[in-house]
Amino acid sequence: MDINDFRGISTVLALIAFLGVCFWAYGKRQKQRFSEAANLIFDEEDERLNQRTLEEIKK
Amino acid sequence: MSTATTYNYKVVRQFTIMTIVWGIVGMLVGVLIAAQLIWPALNFEIPWLTYGRLRPLHTNAVIFAFGGSALIGTSLYVVQRTCQTRLFANGLAGFVFWGWTLVIVLAAITLPLGLTSSKEYAELEWPIDILITVVWVAYAIVFFGTIMKRKTKHIYVANWFYGAFILTIALLHIVNNLEIPYSMTRSYSIYPGTIDAMVQWWYGHNAVGFFLTAGFLGMMYYFIPKQAGRPVYSYRLSIVHFWALISTYMWAGPHHLHYTALPDWTQSIGMVFSLILLAPSWGGMINGIMTLSGAWHKLRDDPIIRFLIVSLSFYGMSTFEGPMMSVKTVNALSHYTDWTIGHVHAGALGWVAMVTIGSTYALLPKLFAREQMYSTRLIEWHFWISTIGVVLYIAALWIAGVMQGLMWRAVNADGTLTYSFIQSIEQSYPFYVVRLIGGTLFFLGMFIMAYNAWKTIKAGESVDAPVAEPA
Repeated sequence: MDINDFRGISTVLALIAFLGVCFWAYGKRQKQRFSEAANLIFDEEDERLNQRTLEEIKK
Repeated sequence: MSTATTYNYKVVRQFTIMTIVWGIVGMLVGVLIAAQLIWPALNFEIPWLTYGRLRPLHTNAVIFAFGGSALIGTSLYVVQRTCQTRLFANGLAGFVFWGWTLVIVLAAITLPLGLTSSKEYAELEWPIDILITVVWVAYAIVFFGTIMKRKTKHIYVANWFYGAFILTIALLHIVNNLEIPYSMTRSYSIYPGTIDAMVQWWYGHNAVGFFLTAGFLGMMYYFIPKQAGRPVYSYRLSIVHFWALISTYMWAGPHHLHYTALPDWTQSIGMVFSLILLAPSWGGMINGIMTLSGAWHKLRDDPIIRFLIVSLSFYGMSTFEGPMMSVKTVNALSHYTDWTIGHVHAGALGWVAMVTIGSTYALLPKLFAREQMYSTRLIEWHFWISTIGVVLYIAALWIAGVMQGLMWRAVNADGTLTYSFIQSIEQSYPFYVVRLIGGTLFFLGMFIMAYNAWKTIKAGESVDAPVAEPA
Protein backbone atom coordinates (compact mmCIF):
# COMPACT_ATOMS: atom_id res chain seq x y z
CA MET A 1 0.00 0.00 0.00
CA ASP A 2 1.51 3.31 -0.96
CA ILE A 3 0.73 6.79 0.34
CA ASN A 4 -1.93 7.40 -2.34
CA ASP A 5 -4.00 4.41 -1.19
CA PHE A 6 -3.84 5.84 2.29
CA ARG A 7 -4.99 9.23 1.02
CA GLY A 8 -7.87 7.68 -0.88
CA ILE A 9 -9.00 5.54 2.03
CA SER A 10 -8.85 8.39 4.53
CA THR A 11 -10.91 10.62 2.23
CA VAL A 12 -13.56 7.92 1.86
CA LEU A 13 -13.62 7.29 5.62
CA ALA A 14 -14.05 11.02 6.30
CA LEU A 15 -16.93 11.13 3.81
CA ILE A 16 -18.60 8.12 5.44
CA ALA A 17 -18.21 9.68 8.89
CA PHE A 18 -19.78 12.92 7.68
CA LEU A 19 -22.68 11.19 5.97
CA GLY A 20 -23.14 9.05 9.07
CA VAL A 21 -23.50 12.13 11.25
CA CYS A 22 -25.95 13.64 8.75
CA PHE A 23 -28.13 10.52 8.55
CA TRP A 24 -28.07 10.11 12.30
CA ALA A 25 -28.94 13.75 13.01
CA TYR A 26 -31.69 13.95 10.38
CA GLY A 27 -33.14 10.56 11.21
CA LYS A 28 -36.71 10.35 12.48
CA ARG A 29 -35.68 8.66 15.71
CA GLN A 30 -33.83 11.69 17.03
CA LYS A 31 -36.64 14.16 16.42
CA GLN A 32 -38.29 13.93 19.80
CA ARG A 33 -34.97 13.89 21.67
CA PHE A 34 -33.70 16.93 19.84
CA SER A 35 -36.80 19.01 20.45
CA GLU A 36 -36.56 18.17 24.15
CA ALA A 37 -32.89 19.14 24.16
CA ALA A 38 -33.55 22.35 22.24
CA ASN A 39 -36.07 23.37 24.89
CA LEU A 40 -33.70 22.73 27.80
CA ILE A 41 -32.82 26.41 27.94
CA PHE A 42 -36.38 27.25 28.91
CA ASP A 43 -36.81 26.22 32.53
CA GLU A 44 -39.46 26.90 35.14
CA GLU A 45 -39.25 30.67 34.84
CA ASP A 46 -40.23 30.37 31.20
CA GLU A 47 -42.75 27.62 31.55
CA ARG A 48 -45.40 29.39 29.54
CA LEU A 49 -42.92 30.07 26.79
CA ASN A 50 -41.74 26.51 26.87
CA GLN A 51 -45.26 25.21 26.48
CA ARG A 52 -45.87 27.46 23.50
CA THR A 53 -42.71 26.50 21.67
CA LEU A 54 -43.32 22.79 22.26
CA GLU A 55 -46.77 23.17 20.77
CA GLU A 56 -45.28 24.95 17.78
CA ILE A 57 -42.93 22.05 17.19
CA LYS A 58 -45.67 19.47 17.43
CA LYS A 59 -47.65 21.24 14.72
CA MET B 1 -31.86 29.14 51.01
CA SER B 2 -29.15 26.53 51.35
CA THR B 3 -26.46 26.52 48.68
CA ALA B 4 -27.35 22.99 47.62
CA THR B 5 -30.58 24.25 46.10
CA THR B 6 -29.26 27.34 44.35
CA TYR B 7 -27.03 27.83 41.33
CA ASN B 8 -23.51 29.11 41.91
CA TYR B 9 -23.77 32.62 40.47
CA LYS B 10 -20.86 34.02 42.44
CA VAL B 11 -18.15 32.82 40.07
CA VAL B 12 -20.28 33.87 37.08
CA ARG B 13 -20.66 37.37 38.57
CA GLN B 14 -16.91 37.63 39.11
CA PHE B 15 -16.08 36.62 35.55
CA THR B 16 -18.83 38.79 34.05
CA ILE B 17 -17.66 41.94 35.80
CA MET B 18 -14.05 41.22 34.89
CA THR B 19 -15.11 40.70 31.26
CA ILE B 20 -16.12 44.36 31.13
CA VAL B 21 -13.02 45.52 33.03
CA TRP B 22 -10.56 43.54 30.89
CA GLY B 23 -12.43 44.60 27.75
CA ILE B 24 -11.75 48.23 28.62
CA VAL B 25 -8.10 47.55 29.54
CA GLY B 26 -7.38 45.45 26.45
CA MET B 27 -9.03 47.88 24.07
CA LEU B 28 -7.26 50.83 25.71
CA VAL B 29 -3.92 49.21 24.85
CA GLY B 30 -5.24 48.60 21.32
CA VAL B 31 -6.18 52.25 20.91
CA LEU B 32 -2.76 53.32 22.20
CA ILE B 33 -0.81 51.15 19.77
CA ALA B 34 -3.09 52.18 16.88
CA ALA B 35 -2.16 55.77 17.78
CA GLN B 36 1.54 54.82 17.95
CA LEU B 37 1.38 53.68 14.34
CA ILE B 38 0.43 57.25 13.43
CA TRP B 39 2.53 59.09 16.04
CA PRO B 40 5.49 56.86 16.99
CA ALA B 41 6.49 59.39 19.67
CA LEU B 42 3.61 58.06 21.78
CA ASN B 43 5.92 55.39 23.17
CA PHE B 44 7.57 58.27 25.10
CA GLU B 45 10.91 56.49 24.61
CA ILE B 46 9.98 54.18 27.49
CA PRO B 47 10.86 50.56 26.67
CA TRP B 48 7.76 49.20 28.44
CA LEU B 49 5.51 51.28 26.19
CA THR B 50 7.08 50.34 22.87
CA TYR B 51 4.87 48.87 20.18
CA GLY B 52 6.62 45.50 20.12
CA ARG B 53 5.86 44.89 23.80
CA LEU B 54 2.37 46.42 23.93
CA ARG B 55 1.07 44.58 20.88
CA PRO B 56 1.22 41.14 22.55
CA LEU B 57 -0.21 42.73 25.68
CA HIS B 58 -3.17 43.97 23.61
CA THR B 59 -3.78 40.59 21.94
CA ASN B 60 -3.43 38.65 25.19
CA ALA B 61 -5.68 41.07 27.05
CA VAL B 62 -8.51 41.08 24.55
CA ILE B 63 -8.36 37.37 23.67
CA PHE B 64 -7.54 35.71 26.99
CA ALA B 65 -8.57 38.31 29.57
CA PHE B 66 -11.70 39.78 27.93
CA GLY B 67 -12.68 36.80 25.74
CA GLY B 68 -11.48 34.22 28.25
CA SER B 69 -13.39 35.71 31.18
CA ALA B 70 -16.51 35.93 29.01
CA LEU B 71 -16.17 32.30 27.91
CA ILE B 72 -15.44 30.85 31.33
CA GLY B 73 -18.12 32.99 33.00
CA THR B 74 -20.90 32.24 30.52
CA SER B 75 -19.96 28.56 30.22
CA LEU B 76 -20.25 28.11 33.98
CA TYR B 77 -23.65 29.82 33.87
CA VAL B 78 -24.95 27.92 30.84
CA VAL B 79 -23.76 24.54 32.07
CA GLN B 80 -25.60 25.00 35.38
CA ARG B 81 -28.82 26.26 33.80
CA THR B 82 -29.01 23.62 31.08
CA CYS B 83 -27.95 20.75 33.37
CA GLN B 84 -30.29 22.08 36.08
CA THR B 85 -27.77 21.48 38.81
CA ARG B 86 -25.32 23.48 40.90
CA LEU B 87 -21.68 23.55 39.81
CA PHE B 88 -19.49 20.57 40.61
CA ALA B 89 -16.61 21.48 43.00
CA ASN B 90 -17.50 25.06 43.89
CA GLY B 91 -14.24 25.71 45.70
CA LEU B 92 -12.38 24.74 42.56
CA ALA B 93 -14.55 27.17 40.58
CA GLY B 94 -13.32 29.96 42.86
CA PHE B 95 -9.76 28.83 42.19
CA VAL B 96 -10.42 29.02 38.44
CA PHE B 97 -11.43 32.68 38.81
CA TRP B 98 -8.49 33.76 40.98
CA GLY B 99 -6.03 31.59 39.04
CA TRP B 100 -7.14 33.02 35.70
CA THR B 101 -6.98 36.55 37.07
CA LEU B 102 -3.44 35.88 38.36
CA VAL B 103 -2.43 34.67 34.87
CA ILE B 104 -3.72 37.92 33.39
CA VAL B 105 -1.90 40.05 35.97
CA LEU B 106 1.34 38.15 35.35
CA ALA B 107 0.89 38.69 31.61
CA ALA B 108 0.37 42.41 32.18
CA ILE B 109 3.67 42.53 34.10
CA THR B 110 5.91 40.23 32.04
CA LEU B 111 4.94 41.30 28.51
CA PRO B 112 5.84 45.01 28.93
CA LEU B 113 9.10 43.85 30.54
CA GLY B 114 9.87 42.15 27.26
CA LEU B 115 9.69 38.61 28.64
CA THR B 116 8.28 36.55 25.81
CA SER B 117 8.63 33.10 24.27
CA SER B 118 7.95 34.91 20.96
CA LYS B 119 5.18 32.54 19.89
CA GLU B 120 2.24 34.61 18.69
CA TYR B 121 -0.76 34.40 21.06
CA ALA B 122 1.38 32.09 23.25
CA GLU B 123 3.98 34.65 24.34
CA LEU B 124 3.83 33.94 28.05
CA GLU B 125 6.92 32.28 29.54
CA TRP B 126 7.02 28.76 30.92
CA PRO B 127 6.15 29.35 34.63
CA ILE B 128 2.96 31.15 33.54
CA ASP B 129 2.27 28.38 31.01
CA ILE B 130 2.30 25.86 33.85
CA LEU B 131 -0.08 28.01 35.90
CA ILE B 132 -2.42 28.25 32.89
CA THR B 133 -2.38 24.45 32.57
CA VAL B 134 -3.28 23.98 36.25
CA VAL B 135 -6.12 26.53 36.07
CA TRP B 136 -7.41 25.04 32.84
CA VAL B 137 -7.50 21.51 34.24
CA ALA B 138 -9.44 22.85 37.25
CA TYR B 139 -11.85 24.57 34.86
CA ALA B 140 -12.31 21.32 32.91
CA ILE B 141 -13.04 19.41 36.13
CA VAL B 142 -15.68 21.96 37.17
CA PHE B 143 -17.31 22.06 33.74
CA PHE B 144 -17.35 18.35 32.91
CA GLY B 145 -18.10 17.45 36.54
CA THR B 146 -21.24 19.58 36.31
CA ILE B 147 -22.25 17.83 33.10
CA MET B 148 -21.74 14.46 34.78
CA LYS B 149 -24.04 15.34 37.68
CA ARG B 150 -26.70 16.87 35.43
CA LYS B 151 -30.36 16.37 36.26
CA THR B 152 -31.44 16.61 32.64
CA LYS B 153 -31.35 13.77 30.17
CA HIS B 154 -29.67 15.62 27.34
CA ILE B 155 -26.51 17.65 27.07
CA TYR B 156 -27.59 20.90 25.41
CA VAL B 157 -25.67 21.79 22.23
CA ALA B 158 -24.06 24.89 23.78
CA ASN B 159 -22.27 22.59 26.21
CA TRP B 160 -20.89 20.55 23.32
CA PHE B 161 -19.31 23.67 21.89
CA TYR B 162 -17.99 24.83 25.26
CA GLY B 163 -16.70 21.31 25.93
CA ALA B 164 -14.85 21.14 22.59
CA PHE B 165 -13.34 24.53 23.37
CA ILE B 166 -12.10 23.42 26.81
CA LEU B 167 -10.61 20.10 25.64
CA THR B 168 -8.94 21.49 22.53
CA ILE B 169 -7.42 24.51 24.26
CA ALA B 170 -5.85 22.16 26.81
CA LEU B 171 -4.32 20.10 24.01
CA LEU B 172 -3.15 23.11 21.98
CA HIS B 173 -1.69 24.95 24.95
CA ILE B 174 0.35 21.99 26.16
CA VAL B 175 1.68 20.85 22.77
CA ASN B 176 2.63 24.33 21.52
CA ASN B 177 4.29 25.37 24.78
CA LEU B 178 6.60 22.37 25.17
CA GLU B 179 9.83 24.20 25.85
CA ILE B 180 13.17 23.76 27.56
CA PRO B 181 13.61 26.27 30.40
CA TYR B 182 16.89 28.14 30.38
CA SER B 183 16.14 30.36 33.35
CA MET B 184 12.99 31.42 35.21
CA THR B 185 12.22 33.93 32.49
CA ARG B 186 13.66 32.30 29.34
CA SER B 187 12.98 29.10 27.47
CA TYR B 188 13.44 27.52 24.06
CA SER B 189 10.84 25.62 22.08
CA ILE B 190 11.58 21.90 21.75
CA TYR B 191 10.66 21.99 18.05
CA PRO B 192 13.19 22.88 15.37
CA GLY B 193 12.69 25.45 12.58
CA THR B 194 9.86 24.73 10.19
CA ILE B 195 8.28 22.18 12.52
CA ASP B 196 8.17 24.85 15.20
CA ALA B 197 6.42 27.19 12.77
CA MET B 198 3.88 24.50 11.86
CA VAL B 199 3.16 23.61 15.50
CA GLN B 200 2.81 27.32 16.28
CA TRP B 201 0.22 27.88 13.54
CA TRP B 202 -1.57 24.62 14.24
CA TYR B 203 -1.96 26.19 17.67
CA GLY B 204 -2.59 29.68 16.33
CA HIS B 205 -5.36 28.83 13.96
CA ASN B 206 -7.04 26.46 16.37
CA ALA B 207 -6.98 29.23 18.95
CA VAL B 208 -9.13 31.05 16.40
CA GLY B 209 -11.19 27.93 15.73
CA PHE B 210 -11.79 26.74 19.25
CA PHE B 211 -11.23 29.72 21.53
CA LEU B 212 -12.66 32.46 19.32
CA THR B 213 -15.20 30.32 17.44
CA ALA B 214 -16.39 27.14 19.16
CA GLY B 215 -16.48 28.76 22.60
CA PHE B 216 -18.41 31.78 21.38
CA LEU B 217 -20.74 29.58 19.35
CA GLY B 218 -21.58 27.92 22.67
CA MET B 219 -22.47 31.37 23.98
CA MET B 220 -24.50 32.06 20.84
CA TYR B 221 -26.44 28.76 21.11
CA TYR B 222 -27.63 29.65 24.58
CA PHE B 223 -28.19 33.39 24.54
CA ILE B 224 -29.79 33.84 21.11
CA PRO B 225 -32.59 31.28 21.60
CA LYS B 226 -33.02 32.43 25.19
CA GLN B 227 -33.23 36.12 24.32
CA ALA B 228 -35.47 35.42 21.32
CA GLY B 229 -37.71 33.19 23.45
CA ARG B 230 -37.70 30.41 20.86
CA PRO B 231 -35.64 27.23 20.53
CA VAL B 232 -32.77 27.15 18.08
CA TYR B 233 -33.81 27.03 14.40
CA SER B 234 -32.48 23.54 13.73
CA TYR B 235 -31.03 21.35 16.42
CA ARG B 236 -30.02 18.82 13.76
CA LEU B 237 -28.04 21.41 11.86
CA SER B 238 -26.29 22.36 15.09
CA ILE B 239 -25.06 18.77 15.46
CA VAL B 240 -23.91 18.35 11.87
CA HIS B 241 -22.10 21.70 11.83
CA PHE B 242 -20.54 20.99 15.24
CA TRP B 243 -18.82 17.80 14.07
CA ALA B 244 -17.93 19.29 10.69
CA LEU B 245 -16.49 22.43 12.29
CA ILE B 246 -14.31 20.77 14.90
CA SER B 247 -12.94 18.11 12.57
CA THR B 248 -12.12 20.63 9.82
CA TYR B 249 -10.54 23.42 11.89
CA MET B 250 -7.74 21.12 13.08
CA TRP B 251 -6.14 21.11 9.60
CA ALA B 252 -6.43 24.73 8.52
CA GLY B 253 -3.29 26.07 10.27
CA PRO B 254 -0.80 25.80 7.37
CA HIS B 255 -2.54 28.68 5.53
CA HIS B 256 -0.58 30.97 7.89
CA LEU B 257 2.61 29.69 6.27
CA HIS B 258 1.91 30.02 2.52
CA TYR B 259 5.05 30.54 0.43
CA THR B 260 7.37 29.70 3.32
CA ALA B 261 9.75 26.78 3.95
CA LEU B 262 6.73 24.60 4.78
CA PRO B 263 6.34 21.86 2.14
CA ASP B 264 3.94 22.79 -0.67
CA TRP B 265 1.61 19.84 -0.06
CA THR B 266 1.14 20.93 3.57
CA GLN B 267 0.28 24.44 2.42
CA SER B 268 -2.28 22.98 -0.01
CA ILE B 269 -3.90 20.88 2.73
CA GLY B 270 -4.24 24.01 4.85
CA MET B 271 -5.80 25.88 1.97
CA VAL B 272 -8.29 23.12 1.07
CA PHE B 273 -9.44 22.62 4.64
CA SER B 274 -9.82 26.38 5.06
CA LEU B 275 -12.06 26.48 1.99
CA ILE B 276 -14.18 23.60 3.33
CA LEU B 277 -14.56 25.53 6.60
CA LEU B 278 -16.91 27.97 4.92
CA ALA B 279 -19.73 25.38 5.03
CA PRO B 280 -19.79 24.51 8.76
CA SER B 281 -19.12 28.14 9.68
CA TRP B 282 -22.11 29.35 7.71
CA GLY B 283 -24.15 26.47 9.13
CA GLY B 284 -23.71 28.05 12.54
CA MET B 285 -24.46 31.54 11.29
CA ILE B 286 -27.62 30.47 9.47
CA ASN B 287 -28.80 28.46 12.44
CA GLY B 288 -28.37 31.43 14.78
CA ILE B 289 -29.94 34.03 12.53
CA MET B 290 -32.86 31.81 11.47
CA THR B 291 -33.74 31.28 15.13
CA LEU B 292 -35.37 34.69 14.79
CA SER B 293 -37.48 33.41 11.90
CA GLY B 294 -41.06 34.45 12.58
CA ALA B 295 -39.94 36.95 15.21
CA TRP B 296 -37.93 39.39 13.12
CA HIS B 297 -39.60 42.33 14.85
CA LYS B 298 -37.39 41.60 17.85
CA LEU B 299 -34.49 42.90 15.82
CA ARG B 300 -36.18 46.29 15.87
CA ASP B 301 -37.38 46.25 19.46
CA ASP B 302 -34.53 44.62 21.34
CA PRO B 303 -31.00 46.03 21.04
CA ILE B 304 -29.61 42.94 22.80
CA ILE B 305 -30.95 40.71 20.04
CA ARG B 306 -29.50 43.17 17.55
CA PHE B 307 -26.04 42.85 19.12
CA LEU B 308 -26.30 39.07 18.93
CA ILE B 309 -27.61 38.87 15.38
CA VAL B 310 -25.21 41.50 14.00
CA SER B 311 -22.36 39.58 15.63
CA LEU B 312 -23.42 36.57 13.57
CA SER B 313 -23.44 38.70 10.42
CA PHE B 314 -19.84 39.68 11.12
CA TYR B 315 -19.09 36.02 11.85
CA GLY B 316 -20.49 35.06 8.46
CA MET B 317 -18.54 37.85 6.80
CA SER B 318 -15.20 36.97 8.33
CA THR B 319 -15.68 33.23 7.77
CA PHE B 320 -16.25 34.00 4.10
CA GLU B 321 -13.26 36.33 3.97
CA GLY B 322 -10.99 33.85 5.79
CA PRO B 323 -11.32 30.95 3.32
CA MET B 324 -10.89 33.44 0.49
CA MET B 325 -7.67 34.79 2.01
CA SER B 326 -6.36 31.26 2.50
CA VAL B 327 -6.35 30.71 -1.28
CA LYS B 328 -2.67 30.86 -2.19
CA THR B 329 -3.03 33.43 -4.97
CA VAL B 330 -5.13 35.75 -2.80
CA ASN B 331 -2.74 35.18 0.10
CA ALA B 332 0.15 36.28 -2.13
CA LEU B 333 -1.49 39.70 -2.11
CA SER B 334 -2.92 39.82 1.41
CA HIS B 335 -0.22 38.20 3.55
CA TYR B 336 1.81 40.55 5.78
CA THR B 337 -0.50 43.47 4.90
CA ASP B 338 -3.05 45.25 7.10
CA TRP B 339 -5.81 43.35 5.31
CA THR B 340 -5.04 40.50 7.73
CA ILE B 341 -5.39 42.84 10.70
CA GLY B 342 -8.70 44.07 9.27
CA HIS B 343 -9.90 40.47 8.85
CA VAL B 344 -8.94 39.61 12.43
CA HIS B 345 -10.86 42.60 13.77
CA ALA B 346 -13.95 41.80 11.71
CA GLY B 347 -13.91 38.57 13.70
CA ALA B 348 -12.66 39.90 17.00
CA LEU B 349 -14.70 43.12 17.27
CA GLY B 350 -17.62 42.22 15.00
CA TRP B 351 -18.16 38.64 16.11
CA VAL B 352 -16.40 37.88 19.40
CA ALA B 353 -16.83 41.22 21.15
CA MET B 354 -20.39 41.84 19.95
CA VAL B 355 -21.68 38.39 20.86
CA THR B 356 -20.01 38.84 24.26
CA ILE B 357 -21.56 42.27 24.75
CA GLY B 358 -25.02 41.02 23.77
CA SER B 359 -24.73 37.99 26.03
CA THR B 360 -23.45 40.09 28.93
CA TYR B 361 -26.43 42.45 28.62
CA ALA B 362 -28.73 39.41 28.70
CA LEU B 363 -26.90 37.78 31.60
CA LEU B 364 -26.13 40.64 33.96
CA PRO B 365 -29.70 41.39 35.14
CA LYS B 366 -30.23 37.69 35.89
CA LEU B 367 -27.13 37.61 38.07
CA PHE B 368 -28.27 40.59 40.12
CA ALA B 369 -31.98 39.76 40.38
CA ARG B 370 -33.14 42.49 38.00
CA GLU B 371 -35.75 42.30 35.27
CA GLN B 372 -33.48 44.01 32.76
CA MET B 373 -30.53 46.34 32.35
CA TYR B 374 -30.69 49.81 33.90
CA SER B 375 -31.11 51.50 30.52
CA THR B 376 -32.17 50.00 27.19
CA ARG B 377 -31.50 53.34 25.51
CA LEU B 378 -27.84 53.13 26.49
CA ILE B 379 -27.64 49.62 24.98
CA GLU B 380 -29.04 51.16 21.81
CA TRP B 381 -26.31 53.82 21.87
CA HIS B 382 -23.66 51.22 22.55
CA PHE B 383 -24.89 49.18 19.60
CA TRP B 384 -24.64 52.00 17.10
CA ILE B 385 -21.32 53.36 18.34
CA SER B 386 -19.64 49.96 18.22
CA THR B 387 -21.17 49.00 14.86
CA ILE B 388 -19.95 52.23 13.26
CA GLY B 389 -16.58 51.68 14.94
CA VAL B 390 -16.14 48.16 13.51
CA VAL B 391 -17.19 49.20 10.02
CA LEU B 392 -14.74 52.13 9.97
CA TYR B 393 -11.98 49.91 11.33
CA ILE B 394 -12.28 47.05 8.85
CA ALA B 395 -13.04 49.21 5.80
CA ALA B 396 -9.92 51.30 6.45
CA LEU B 397 -7.69 48.27 6.76
CA TRP B 398 -9.16 46.54 3.70
CA ILE B 399 -8.19 49.51 1.59
CA ALA B 400 -4.83 49.96 3.29
CA GLY B 401 -4.04 46.24 3.03
CA VAL B 402 -4.89 45.82 -0.65
CA MET B 403 -2.96 49.01 -1.41
CA GLN B 404 0.11 47.77 0.48
CA GLY B 405 -0.04 44.40 -1.29
CA LEU B 406 -0.25 46.06 -4.70
CA MET B 407 2.58 48.50 -3.93
CA TRP B 408 4.89 45.75 -2.66
CA ARG B 409 4.45 43.58 -5.73
CA ALA B 410 4.71 46.38 -8.32
CA VAL B 411 7.86 46.05 -10.44
CA ASN B 412 9.35 48.25 -13.14
CA ALA B 413 10.12 47.02 -16.65
CA ASP B 414 13.74 46.34 -15.60
CA GLY B 415 12.60 44.16 -12.68
CA THR B 416 13.33 46.62 -9.88
CA LEU B 417 10.68 47.40 -7.25
CA THR B 418 8.49 50.40 -8.09
CA TYR B 419 7.99 51.46 -4.48
CA SER B 420 10.14 51.38 -1.39
CA PHE B 421 8.60 49.92 1.76
CA ILE B 422 8.44 53.32 3.47
CA GLN B 423 6.34 54.68 0.61
CA SER B 424 3.66 52.10 1.34
CA ILE B 425 3.67 53.16 4.99
CA GLU B 426 3.37 56.80 4.04
CA GLN B 427 0.34 56.01 1.89
CA SER B 428 -1.23 54.07 4.78
CA TYR B 429 -1.36 57.00 7.23
CA PRO B 430 -4.86 58.28 6.34
CA PHE B 431 -6.23 54.77 6.80
CA TYR B 432 -4.45 54.39 10.12
CA VAL B 433 -6.24 57.54 11.25
CA VAL B 434 -9.64 56.10 10.22
CA ARG B 435 -8.73 52.85 12.00
CA LEU B 436 -7.88 54.78 15.15
CA ILE B 437 -11.24 56.57 15.00
CA GLY B 438 -13.08 53.27 14.52
CA GLY B 439 -11.21 51.59 17.34
CA THR B 440 -11.75 54.55 19.66
CA LEU B 441 -15.51 54.48 18.99
CA PHE B 442 -15.63 50.79 19.88
CA PHE B 443 -13.57 51.49 23.00
CA LEU B 444 -15.91 54.32 24.09
CA GLY B 445 -18.86 51.95 23.70
CA MET B 446 -17.35 49.80 26.43
CA PHE B 447 -17.64 52.72 28.87
CA ILE B 448 -21.34 53.06 28.10
CA MET B 449 -21.62 49.39 28.94
CA ALA B 450 -19.60 49.75 32.14
CA TYR B 451 -21.83 52.63 33.32
CA ASN B 452 -25.01 50.71 32.46
CA ALA B 453 -23.69 47.62 34.23
CA TRP B 454 -22.68 49.60 37.30
CA LYS B 455 -26.15 51.17 37.59
CA THR B 456 -27.80 47.76 37.14
CA ILE B 457 -25.62 46.13 39.77
CA LYS B 458 -26.16 49.00 42.22
CA ALA B 459 -29.93 48.71 41.91
CA GLY B 460 -29.80 44.92 42.09
CA GLU B 461 -28.93 42.29 44.63
CA SER B 462 -26.58 39.32 44.45
CA VAL B 463 -29.19 36.59 44.67
CA ASP B 464 -28.52 33.05 43.50
CA ALA B 465 -31.48 31.59 41.66
CA PRO B 466 -32.92 28.30 42.94
CA VAL B 467 -32.03 25.17 40.99
CA ALA B 468 -34.86 24.19 38.65
CA GLU B 469 -36.94 21.14 39.48
CA PRO B 470 -36.25 18.44 36.91
CA ALA B 471 -39.22 18.16 34.60
